[in-house]
Amino acid sequence: MVPTLFGRLQTRLFLLATVGLIVTLLIVPILPGTEGPLGDLYLSAILVLAMVAVLGLVWELLYHFLMQFRWEKDWPTLFGLLTLIPEGLLLFFLLRSGAVGFIDPAPPAAAFWTHFLVVWMCVWLVANGPMRVPFIRWRFRGGRVL
Amino acid sequence: MVAAAGIPMNDIPFLTIGGGMGSFVTVDYLRIYGVPTSQMRVISNIDHPWQTYEFLTRCSQIPRPERIRSDSSSRPDNLWGFPSYALEEAWKEKKVGYLWHILTEPIINDYWTPRAGTVFQCLEREAKRINYWDMLVKGQVRMVRRRVGGGYFTVVTPPEGASPTKRVVFRSRFVHLAVGYPGLKFLPDLQEFRQRHGDYQHVVNAYEPHEQVYEFLKTRPGTVVIRGGGIVASRVLQRLFDDRERLNLQTQIVHIFRTFVSGSHGPNAWSRRKGGDGWAYQGFNYPKSVWGGQLKAEMRKLDGEARAKKYKAMGGTNTPYRRRWQEQMQAGREGGYYHAVQGTVERVEPSPDGRMTSYVRSKDGTIRQPVSDYIIDCTGLEADIAEHRVFADLLEYGGAFRNPIGRLEVERHFEVKGTASGDGALYASGSATLGGYFPGVDTFLGLQVAAQEIADDLARRGFCRKMGPLRSTSQWFKWARNSTV
Ligand SMILES: Cc1cc2nc3c(=O)[nH]c(=O)nc-3n(C[C@H](O)[C@H](O)[C@H](O)COP(=O)(O)OP(=O)(O)OC[C@H]3O[C@@H](n4cnc5c(N)ncnc54)[C@H](O)[C@@H]3O)c2cc1C
Repeated sequence: MVPTLFGRLQTRLFLLATVGLIVTLLIVPILPGTEGPLGDLYLSAILVLAMVAVLGLVWELLYHFLMQFRWEKDWPTLFGLLTLIPEGLLLFFLLRSGAVGFIDPAPPAAAFWTHFLVVWMCVWLVANGPMRVPFIRWRFRGGRVL
Repeated sequence: MVAAAGIPMNDIPFLTIGGGMGSFVTVDYLRIYGVPTSQMRVISNIDHPWQTYEFLTRCSQIPRPERIRSDSSSRPDNLWGFPSYALEEAWKEKKVGYLWHILTEPIINDYWTPRAGTVFQCLEREAKRINYWDMLVKGQVRMVRRRVGGGYFTVVTPPEGASPTKRVVFRSRFVHLAVGYPGLKFLPDLQEFRQRHGDYQHVVNAYEPHEQVYEFLKTRPGTVVIRGGGIVASRVLQRLFDDRERLNLQTQIVHIFRTFVSGSHGPNAWSRRKGGDGWAYQGFNYPKSVWGGQLKAEMRKLDGEARAKKYKAMGGTNTPYRRRWQEQMQAGREGGYYHAVQGTVERVEPSPDGRMTSYVRSKDGTIRQPVSDYIIDCTGLEADIAEHRVFADLLEYGGAFRNPIGRLEVERHFEVKGTASGDGALYASGSATLGGYFPGVDTFLGLQVAAQEIADDLARRGFCRKMGPLRSTSQWFKWARNSTV
């Protein structure tokens, strides 16, 4: 899928709310280094997921801007994967620094990175193929779901 | 009146004319949307949908084992584009390397593209699955005319002996035209040479069989002039270089670019295409986002002059940057057997030694007169749509008209503007519709974009049901298991 701006935003929200949520529900009980009641762990993981979505809306604006320098106005598959590095790092430091007050305590590093990476990989894999199975118009509309 | 004249009449709600790739992907969509074969007919002068495509690719040096231009998820046999060809080939050939390749395209690798053979095999499987041949009617379509009561009459000449009458007529509510290229056009100076000297052997078009060129070069050293800067020129060059390497030949190549691109080009940093050594580089025939991204969305809003301007800005002959080709050309330049020049050929004349001299004038005033054994025209100019009888008739009597770049004007859903008839509709896709709201028409993926628009429009008109996520998913599983729709 080659995204438009609205397509990017919608795809991000949609996939995090579906694939991201399902993966989160499955993975939280086995995240390394976590302790406390499962309910709290779920809450904190879902808030992290929400942060990926919210910060993502800003990141997508940046990606869209950078894409304008590409003649083809495309966004290679690899970019969709590698952008996990800056996004993951930023979020990680925001959590560490306590800037995100409502996620307290911040998840331990191992738990955060496992959760983040697994969600990212699953979303990325689905966006690069299986998404087209139920949604045949999605790729021709620049990633718009609606 | 038709019946009174004794001409057989067939009632079929949906007719697609052409029977090539465009017809195929359209009936594929409709079959998957749930339309039974009894409701559709394909009228064609070829036996299987990839026949014309295979002929053209073979001539232009893409035999079955070679890789085509379009990407991994442009799958005419699979409307979902998943699994992509790369996954399929990686699985079948047990090559994990393809996955790495597709992951890193086009950044540290060239675009991964499927083998022509893979495409044909998959098409055959899908054609069987949707019972394509139950819908095929052989014949040459003469014209499509609006019917007073709505819908259309299509007049067909069946193959000799196939019908008791010289003509058969189809009456249908919907007609889809996918007749491919109206014809090939030669460079005028080459056409003139061919006609004046009756020589169709030494001046050839890359889209016609021209194996004799390569055969001749195997027997003795020779010089070939290549004209054009598109992918076909790249292919022909590759063949010449490959033969040269493999068989130790002495072939000399003079490559004439009318527009010689010497570097990145474009008005500003936001629209600059890579280029060099004569070529403009681009993965596919249009920038990638015309098939679904930003450029598709932008073009969809444009009409008239604005649309023509946008086409011009992103158009122009181009070829993909492929590492193998770059190496071969580099070796050719260093070895002194590949010479690329800018120039316009003023005329071609026989030389005293029985070969041919091209008179080439460059922009800087230099005149060159390369003498060669063969000239290969790789410009692939397409003829005017009116060269095709059916289009000529539609333009004259059917209400159709031209778009800002001179081809057939269609709606966003590919209905030919001005041709509506009662509750019927006439659609067109493929090269004849270039210049419309969607530029990528003459490609597999473009034909699928068109097919989806057409199928959804037909659903709006009650001919079929629009396919939603559930049906789509269950149909995908049928595709995967190769069971009938
Ligand atoms: C050398 C080459 C390489 C290409 N490579 C790629 C690629 O890598 N990827 C890609 O996506 N696209 C590629 N394309 C473009 C692709 O071939 C076309 O998009 C596609 O084949 C067009 O399909 P079509 O149905 O419009 O035409 P065709 O497949 O040509 O089919 C049209 C058919 O209609 C028949 N016909 C015409 N008039 C009549 C009539 N009056 N009655 C009955 N039948 C009629 C013709 O015989 C013809 O067979 C390539 C094209 C060429 C020439």
